[in-house]
Formats: sequence, C-alpha cells, structure tokens
Amino acid sequence: MSRAGKIARRSFLIGSAAIAGGVAFGIWRYRDTGPNPLLAELPEGGAALTPYVMIDGEGVTVIAPRAEMGQGVQSALAMLVAEELDLPWDQVKIDHGPPAVVYYNGAVVAEGLPFASTDQGILARNARAFGDVVSKFMSLQLTGGSSSMVDGFDKMRKAGAAARAVLIEAAAKQAGVPAKGLKTEGGAVVLPDGTRKPYTALAAACAGIAPPADPPLKPRQDWTLIGKPVQRRDMVAKCTGTARYGIDMALPGMVYATVRTSPRFGAGIKRLDTKKAEAARGVKMVVPVEDGFGVIADNTWRAFQAADLVEVEWEPAPYAADSAALFKQVAASFTEARRDSRFKDAGDVDTALAGADVVEAEYRIPFLAHAPLEPMNATVKLGKDRLDIWVGTQIPLQVVASAAALSGLSGDNIHVHVLPIGGSFGRRLEDDYIRQAVEVAQSVPGVPVKMTWQREEDMTHDFCRPLAMARGRGAVAGGKVTALDLGIAAPSVTASQMGRLGIPAAGPDTAIVAGAWDQPFAIPAYRVSGYRVPDMPPVSSWRSVGASGNGFFHESFLDELIHAAGADPLAERLRLVTDPASRAVLEAVGKMSGWGATLPKGKGRGLAFTLSFGVPAAEVVEVTDTPDGIRIDKVWVAAEVGAVIDPVNIEAQMTGGVVWGLGHAMGAEITFAGGEIEQTNFDSYPAMRLRQCPVIEAKALQTSDKLRGIGEPAVPPAAPALANAIFAATGKRIRQLPLNREVTFL
Amino acid sequence: MRITVNGTAHEVDVEDDMPLLWVLRDVLGIHGVKYGCGIAQCGACTVLLGDEAVRACQTFVSDVDRPVTTIEGLGTPDAPHAVQQAWIDAQVAQCGYCQSGQIVSAVALLRANPAPSDAEIDDAMSGNLCRCGSYPRIRAAVKAAAKMLQEG
Repeated sequence: MSRAGKIARRSFLIGSAAIAGGVAFGIWRYRDTGPNPLLAELPEGGAALTPYVMIDGEGVTVIAPRAEMGQGVQSALAMLVAEELDLPWDQVKIDHGPPAVVYYNGAVVAEGLPFASTDQGILARNARAFGDVVSKFMSLQLTGGSSSMVDGFDKMRKAGAAARAVLIEAAAKQAGVPAKGLKTEGGAVVLPDGTRKPYTALAAACAGIAPPADPPLKPRQDWTLIGKPVQRRDMVAKCTGTARYGIDMALPGMVYATVRTSPRFGAGIKRLDTKKAEAARGVKMVVPVEDGFGVIADNTWRAFQAADLVEVEWEPAPYAADSAALFKQVAASFTEARRDSRFKDAGDVDTALAGADVVEAEYRIPFLAHAPLEPMNATVKLGKDRLDIWVGTQIPLQVVASAAALSGLSGDNIHVHVLPIGGSFGRRLEDDYIRQAVEVAQSVPGVPVKMTWQREEDMTHDFCRPLAMARGRGAVAGGKVTALDLGIAAPSVTASQMGRLGIPAAGPDTAIVAGAWDQPFAIPAYRVSGYRVPDMPPVSSWRSVGASGNGFFHESFLDELIHAAGADPLAERLRLVTDPASRAVLEAVGKMSGWGATLPKGKGRGLAFTLSFGVPAAEVVEVTDTPDGIRIDKVWVAAEVGAVIDPVNIEAQMTGGVVWGLGHAMGAEITFAGGEIEQTNFDSYPAMRLRQCPVIEAKALQTSDKLRGIGEPAVPPAAPALANAIFAATGKRIRQLPLNREVTFL
Repeated sequence: MRITVNGTAHEVDVEDDMPLLWVLRDVLGIHGVKYGCGIAQCGACTVLLGDEAVRACQTFVSDVDRPVTTIEGLGTPDAPHAVQQAWIDAQVAQCGYCQSGQIVSAVALLRANPAPSDAEIDDAMSGNLCRCGSYPRIRAAVKAAAKMLQEG
C-alpha cells in the first residue's frame, strides 16, 4: 500500500472541497501535463501542494516518481525537494506515487537525438526542447538513460520551493502577519516573534493557496543538504532484510505461479501436454499465455517443479539459429544499403587514408543479458472492475496501457503499485513478464497471483544488449593521430524496444553509434558510420545502451592508433580533446593515477575515455600479468557530473559502473544455438566476484554548470581501459569481448 | 517436519526435498531470504544453519538438523546486528537484493574467524554475487564489523 493510499484512508486535516479548490500545481500548468494525481488519491483531504509534495498531520511525503533499482534515485530526488523546503533529512518520507502523465521524463528522449551533448548550437537546443514535448505526449514516465536527475533537478527543487511558498503564506494568514518577514527552517515556518509553525500543523491552512508559477531557487552557495552525504532512506531496510521487493509481495489468499514461454523468441507452441504437471502436488491449473503456459500452484517451488513436467515442443525460431550465423549477418551489414547514419564526418577521410600506411582492425562484442539478481516477477489481482498490479517497473504508464489492452478495462480501473527493484540495468524497461502475470491472473479472477520466473527462464528470455562489430581504419603521421574512420554494425535497440512499446521510431538510430560518433576529439579526418543489421532476436537497453560496446570499439581503436603513432595515450587524447569538461576529466584521471610513472615488470596500465549521456568519463585500469593469469589491481575513474547531489551515492554508482563494465568484459557472453540462448544461469553467465574486484578510486568533478546523471557513464570506458591495460602489460591486443576468449583472469 | 527458524519452532507439511529457501519464503513467509539462482551460484539465499552459512536453495528441508537463522534473526531496523550496522554505516546497499545473503555470509565468517585477513574476506565472500558492484564497500564493512565486534 502506497503512502498516498494510506493517507487516503486516514482522517484528514482539511476538506476535499478545499483541495479540489486548488492547492495543486501552478508551475506545471503552462505545460498542461494533466491533473495532479495525488488529488485523486485524496478523497477525504490532505494537502498535495504539488504533484511531488504531500503533507498531512504525520509528516511530509515527497513523491519520487522514478523506479528505485539500486541507483539511489528516490533519495536523490527527495534531497532536491528537502533542500528548497528546508526540511531536515530525517523528516523526509518518500513514495513512488501512482503512475501519471505529470511525472513524464522530459530528459530521456533528448539523449537519443543526433546532437552531441557538447553541441550547444541552436538546432541541437531546439531538438532537445522538442524531446521534452515528445516525451510528455508519449507519456514516458520512464526511468532510464541516466536522465532522472537531469529531468528532476529543476522540477524537484521548484516543487520544494513552491510548497515552501504556500506554507509561508498559510502561516502568514494564520498569524495575521505579512508573508515577507517569515523564514523557514527545520521543517517549520518561523514567525517574526520566533514562534515555530511545523509544516504538519500548517497543512490545513494551505487549502486554496495556489503555488507560485516560478518560485525562485536557492543559489548554490546556500545549499545545506545538496552535496552532503546523507543516509539513503532505503539503506536500513535493505541491510536488515525488511525491504520489500516485488518478489516479496504477499496477499491474503494469494496463489503462486510461474511461466514458461518459447525460448525461441517469437515462436509459438507446436505441441503441449500438461497432464503430468496438472497431477503434481499443489498444482491448481496450467493456463495458456502468449507463446507459452503458466502453472498455478500453492507455492513457487511446486509451480517450478510442475512446469518441468509439462511436455512441450516449440516452433522453430524466426531468425538465424546460432551465434556464428548471427555474426555473419552483422559482418555482411557493412554496406551502403544498410548504412543507417554518418553523424560524424569531419575532414576528408578518403583522401587522408589514400596516401597513408593504413592501420586496420576489426572488433566484435557479444549479446549480453541484464540478469538482475531479482528474477522477473509480478503480482496481479483481477477484480470485477478493477485490476491491481504490484511490480517493479521502469515504465508504469506503459504497464497500464498493456494491461488495459489485455483486460479490456479502462486505464482508470488499472492500479499499478510500483515496488523497489532488485537490480534492473534496463531489463524492466520491458513489460513482457507483467503481461504474462496478467494473463495468468485472468484464469483465476478474484484471486491474487504472484508470478515468479525461474532464473533459467529469466536468463533465456532476456532482451539482450545486441551483438555488434566494428571496423576501424586510421592513419598517423609525425607522432599524431591524423585519421580515424570507424564503421559500426549492430541491430537497432531503439527500433526493437520502441516497436514492442508501440512507439514508432523513425530515422537513424543513434544507439548504433552512441559513444563513438559523439566523442570530443579534433582528429583532422574523422568519420563514424552506423550500419543497421537486419532484425534478429529482440534486443533492448542494457546499462549504458549503445555506448556500452561503442566505447570499447572507439577507445580500443584510438589506443591502437596512438600506439602506432608512438604517442602517449593520455597526452595524445589531451592534444586532441576539444571540450573543457572532457579535458578536465582526462587531466583528473591522469593525476589520480600518477599516469606516466614507471611500472614494475608484468604490470600495465590502460586508459579509456567515453562521453556518454552528457558525462565525460575517463578510467585508468592497472593489471598484473601473473603466471596464473591477469589480475586487475586498481582502477581510477573520473567523471564530470555538474553538481554532486550525494557524494557517497555518486561514488557507489561510479564504482558499480566500473565493476559492471569490467565484469562483463572479463567473461560474460550470451550465445545462441538452435535459436535459443545457451546460457541458463550464473554458472554459465559469470559476473565479477568479490575476490576479483580491484581497488577503485572515484572522483566526480563539478566544473560544468549542467547537472548530469551518473548511473551509466562509468560503464563504457571500463572494457576498453582493461583491454588497453592487457595490451600494455602483455603486448597482446584483444579485439573481441569477452576478453577471456584470449586470456585467463585470476 | 519440524524446523526452528530465528528461535521459533515450526511444523511444516512439505516434501522432504523441498528446498529450505521456499519453505522459508512461501510456507513461513520469511522474505528477507532471497531467491536469485536456485543452484547455489549467487548466495542471495544464504542462511545460518547453526553457525554455518549455507545456501538455502540447495538445502533440502529434511536435512535441516540445526536451528536456522535468517537476516531477520540477526537484528532489526531498531536494533541491528553489528554486521548490519557496519553495512548501514558504509552505505553498502544499492539495489540491496543480495545484501541479506552477503550479511549472513559475513556473520558466519566473523563467528569462525573474528579477525580475517583481506584474503580470507575475499575467499569467504566470493560465493555471494552482487550485480550492482558493491564489493569495495562490502570489504570495508566486513573490516569495520570485525573491529566493532572485537571492541564489543
């Protein structure tokens, strides 16, 4: 039960008529984003000062309408409100709130536009503003693209400031004094005579006071909370086993289910025999779902066991059956007919390469699964005219739309309760598992069903990061890199993913070349071309999306060119870099790591830099080539984020991004055989273990005035920095991931 | 079958080969213990059997011969165990899903070895997967907890 829901069932301080009279949002009105959903949830009253701030007699609740999947976004968003509201951190309560258009994410679409984040030209700025409009009209209440803080930085502070203005006015009216002389501090309005009026006691008096349209914000030097470490509000629960994730839902009378669908994406059932499963202990029924079946039982384990007893044959896959054939299709896509984009085309590349000793290299990266530790699950109850879904999701409004299409109910009768998520990395931008749970629930109307995937179902039904290849050609002269021509061939994540959401995605896909075409280097002849590979198994957004692999391509090949030129990897990048923030990041990582120091024999250092999601990030990886294999000793990472909201959480996101990037580069790949994913669990899809984890030193710079999100940008440079370090230590240049195809790791 | 969990005895009517994990989660409603892989690869389901850390997903309920302690049996939000407090102080959790198992593994380590070396921490904690990459803070928290426990 959300806090908003609980509040609705308590006795309130003020009447609903007064609220309907308008304590809602002033600052969003000009954008016409739809009603404040908190008002609908408050039939008996309560003060919803904006769609983001709710006050009752018990406290102040901040609505942080983004999915909490480990990145600390809800605490960070709440800090922004608390700062402007002068609300002590220990008084802040946080709730995800209901799905609503007003909570659209205006920053996420901007990231997919073909303008480099360093481009501040008029065309780029207009396009970004258009992105805001597109996102709103598509109801993208979406968590992803490292965009939550970019989107929320002003919105949440203004929500706090607007609520503060209303509280001051309410206190002034109540005390019969002018609002001008009033201050706020410690969660209270302070009257001129020193009397403190706690916000909770002012909620009633707020009714009818319209928040200001554009309240002034505190200047940065007056911040007392932003930039200071706080304890994340989910920390104690997560360290005491009391946090409740989607998989922990429990409702009276609940039954348990699991689902198996075709492991050949898009292929249906050829033959099905459910007799043995139906006879198993605890099994209530076996039910149909799209391209598969569900088993409903009296506990999850019995449902898993019974699902194994179902005899099923699947239709053949509608795409090439194995990885070798899929890679052949990628290799065959470097053609003019399949050229998708050429956003970067500086100088005369063909001429520059014609007269030179051309350096050439080919790279490849595999499919990768998200494999968050909490397997996909959803709990659904289909009532007479009401559908409730309890689930971890990054796209709550899309879930409402899908559930409406499946059930025939209108969106108003569908209630999505968004729960904390045990890792996602982009997986929960899909709603396949939720639709399945709704289908299962349709077989047992009135009974709540918790549907949980077995790990094997999760691993073999992921929408992967696509496989891809890159071909680089380049030239060097006089100790400098003079030409770089990079072609990248990959399936389109955007077309695949948006297609499933029913959103048209016309034009070139920036994801095919993100993290490569938009890098801030002034190489005289510099071209990046994207080639779109025909449809394959479905693909999706995986932490850092296109940049996750393109960083490896670009920075591996640039490193090869720099070595061919006989230059220093840091010095040559600093010579080529054009963007001041990117320069600062490179200089910082050089200083942190003591770049250039002589290393003992067997050790090597690699440097890589990727600008992604507007964040320049540079990493130095140090490895030792031991007789038993490569050991990763230390990593230094620097990134420019504009403003640090919470330094402790930023460090966690940066080090987590490094571990994610290194761990997959070391040994993870998804392969296909017979049209099916071959890896089924963490024994065949390994991740970095604690004993392999290097010491990581992270630094977030704040030289730019633009706030940026840090959930993803530390990922792309990790793999190339590691490959470059292995080259430095061993002389071996590895051009494919995972790296353990060619070296052993300790 | 009779099992004792967090100091309370329970009678359960289940198959002998039902994994302890699912008895805890779906029969007894103890949700701090998590399902991650089902094949003892991730450690999210780690519980104490006596003082020993075991993977509940690969422990048949009929083999439970000692009292079981889950994360909930170590401490509470108001009165956390020293290891839980160290985790909170170090802000270890990101998504947090693996942390119940991580903490239980650390408790077992420190009961057996109150002053583990870095290598011993690495060995004892490498059966627990963290997809978010909280490993550096796990190391720091284990050390802080060891110190806290030794100083009483």
